[in-house]
Amino acid sequence: MPTIPISKAKSEYDVVIVGSGAGGGQMAYTLTLAGLKCLMLEAGRSYDVAKETPMFQTGKDAPLGGSSTPDKNFGFFDATIDGGWQVPDEPYTQASDKAEEQFMWWRARMMGGRTNHWGRISLRNGPYDFKPYSRDGLGFDWPISYDDLEPYYTKVEKLIGVYGTNEGMENTPDSPKGVLQPPPKGRIGDLMIQKHAKKLGVPVVPIHRAVLTEPQDGKKLAPELHPDNPKAQKIVEKSMSSRAACFWATDCGRGCSIRANYQSTTVHLPPAEATGNLDIIANAHVREVIVGKDGKAKGVLFIDKTTGKEERVKGKAVVLAASSGETVRILLNSASGDGIANSSGLVGKYIMDTVGSDMSGQIPALENLPAHNDDGAGGCHFYSPWWLYKEQKAGKMDFARGYHIEISGTRSMPKGNSPVPTQYFQGLYGTKLKEAARRYYGSFVHVACRGEMIPNEGSFAELDSEVKDKWGIPVMKWHWKWSEHETNMAVHAQKTFSEIFESAGGKGLFDPKQDARKTILKGGQVIHEVGGAIMGADGRKSVCNEWNQTWDIKNLLLCDGSPFASNADKNPTETIMALAWRAADHLIEEARKGNL
Amino acid sequence: MNSQDQENRLPRRRVLQWFAAVATAEGLSIPAAIAQEIKTNPTAVTGYGQDPVMAKTYERGEVWPLTFTDPEKKAAVALAEMLFPKDDLGPAASEVRVADFIDEWVSAPYPRQQGDRKAIIPGLKTLDEECRKHFQKNFADASEEQKKAACDEMAKGNHFFNVFTGIASGAYYSDPKCWKALGYAGNVPIGGPFPGPPEEVLKQAGVEQTVE
Repeated sequence: MPTIPISKAKSEYDVVIVGSGAGGGQMAYTLTLAGLKCLMLEAGRSYDVAKETPMFQTGKDAPLGGSSTPDKNFGFFDATIDGGWQVPDEPYTQASDKAEEQFMWWRARMMGGRTNHWGRISLRNGPYDFKPYSRDGLGFDWPISYDDLEPYYTKVEKLIGVYGTNEGMENTPDSPKGVLQPPPKGRIGDLMIQKHAKKLGVPVVPIHRAVLTEPQDGKKLAPELHPDNPKAQKIVEKSMSSRAACFWATDCGRGCSIRANYQSTTVHLPPAEATGNLDIIANAHVREVIVGKDGKAKGVLFIDKTTGKEERVKGKAVVLAASSGETVRILLNSASGDGIANSSGLVGKYIMDTVGSDMSGQIPALENLPAHNDDGAGGCHFYSPWWLYKEQKAGKMDFARGYHIEISGTRSMPKGNSPVPTQYFQGLYGTKLKEAARRYYGSFVHVACRGEMIPNEGSFAELDSEVKDKWGIPVMKWHWKWSEHETNMAVHAQKTFSEIFESAGGKGLFDPKQDARKTILKGGQVIHEVGGAIMGADGRKSVCNEWNQTWDIKNLLLCDGSPFASNADKNPTETIMALAWRAADHLIEEARKGNL
Repeated sequence: MNSQDQENRLPRRRVLQWFAAVATAEGLSIPAAIAQEIKTNPTAVTGYGQDPVMAKTYERGEVWPLTFTDPEKKAAVALAEMLFPKDDLGPAASEVRVADFIDEWVSAPYPRQQGDRKAIIPGLKTLDEECRKHFQKNFADASEEQKKAACDEMAKGNHFFNVFTGIASGAYYSDPKCWKALGYAGNVPIGGPFPGPPEEVLKQAGVEQTVE
């Protein structure tokens, strides 16, 4: 994306947007197409998807065959640049030295943020997910209902392109007819799990992912998305027409140079850029929101990482979409460290991640299958939406809320690691070793529980009183706690996985001596950090209102995962975008009324 | 049994003991030359960092120096060849430079690879020592039969052998020339809808396609 140096910035913008990922990208898209002048600040460098994406690169091309390292946590080809669970110059600290009380904070300092590498899983929260407290007395209700957000889910799905099916399942919303793109066919592991999970009453259906399975119909979609805005229609139609459908190679985590999947850098930012209303400054490490004597946000103070200098930019409104943790950090560091938008005292509180608990299984019926191309859509094809609402309602479960199961492909490209665990090679070398590799390759299915975490008092972030980053800015200190709801959920998932593999005539690769509660991934490891500035109907008990505006500073909006009042099992990205679009529409309306 | 056979035979118990010793021995960590370099210039040998160019082809040794000594490399080449010989299932390890991959692996400045180095470097040394003791030759120079005898011994349970096999398998199958041997058939663009598994695959696995 083209960027400008600070010297070329305008003296004032309508809106300053901090962050270029799902939330910032959506805000920039919606606001600039409506004619507002926006400045986007990105903490990392710019990124050229067309030139930098390693399409078709193999393990032969990369150091260590492309396997993961501390520098590239998801392997060499993962799109993440200058990011990971540790980022040089930007430490964070833990309040506890116990592993289970620590939080792994993922950052992606690059244009487009985490959207470049994410799993593209695009699920709508269901009606229950907005009113969890009303259903079971735990956590918090959102100030909005599913019906309030539904139109925006639909808009987002039309814009980014999402494949999947409507299954009419409880709390798993269907999309309006004609919105979803057709799902790709099931892969062999998907079909195997689907067939055998069914016997256990576990439904397996096509998942929803932001990947084009056919070309986007810009001529139809652009006017639907932007009625009465011919300029926006023209720009969006052009952008949609320049995206290609998936060609079933190169996993989505690498990014996509043909723009078949959604990443902010290929879907949100190009049309925003085309309006002429968007300036972007890269390498802008934001320290504070500047608040005037009238109590309104006036702009942002940031460090230009290329010069190390402090810079200021002005906006009539400020949007923070820097990731939950970073947005919280900016709020707490503002007003010279006194913090802003925090009259409730809840900034940093109720950070949530997703309950993760995974298992691989070996299924003999998948051994020695004829070679065939299993790459597919570069991510999940099938999943199991949560299926035990009735049992839960009847009080039969030892945890509240649900999880879904994501199923991985079985015959992925070998990249540096042995494609078959070495215990299957015991005692073998030569042709016999190769025969074993051929036999077992493709016989392993990986399944993952992704479940809801209920916000709790023990999971929060605050400023560290001593440690500062390279630019002298106080860093985050994390506190983490899983409740029994989450650990019991992990136990349930492990049991379910074992049963599914056994039902398929196979076996989970799981040590039965291991405590299933300890299979729960660490806080932050699923990279679904949300909360920290929750929205609510009461300004004393929440940080934001239903329009993502902070209660204390109405022209300061939080448009990443931080306003989430709960974290349903549904992956948060599509909800971040839908909320951002809705907040942007509200902001545009306010601007029209002269209220900016 | 002729004298040649006798000469080839390895005294199993002793070999197992020796190889077992390697498994628990405190191995080398960072090679001396690199350690020295790190001392004088802490940034001299680092990983590829968090912003490497991704869309290019790297040579082994391009991002950090390879560190195998000549004898280590010879032993690694010969052992990789025993694990992955040329046969109906695919090319030989040497054709896809498995040993260079292993060299790059154990020379990498990351914890996992440094851990593997502790098994690989002393293991290669012990392999040669054992072979010199019994065959008066290094492993690489031993006859095919002698090499097989050594591998048979190690295959009965040996940490070095397992670690080496794991890295070699990652190296071998990461090369597109070896995908066929494994049954990987992707990384090619396909126009139109995803075709899904072919009928014969569905039939063998006993499942049906459920997406139209």
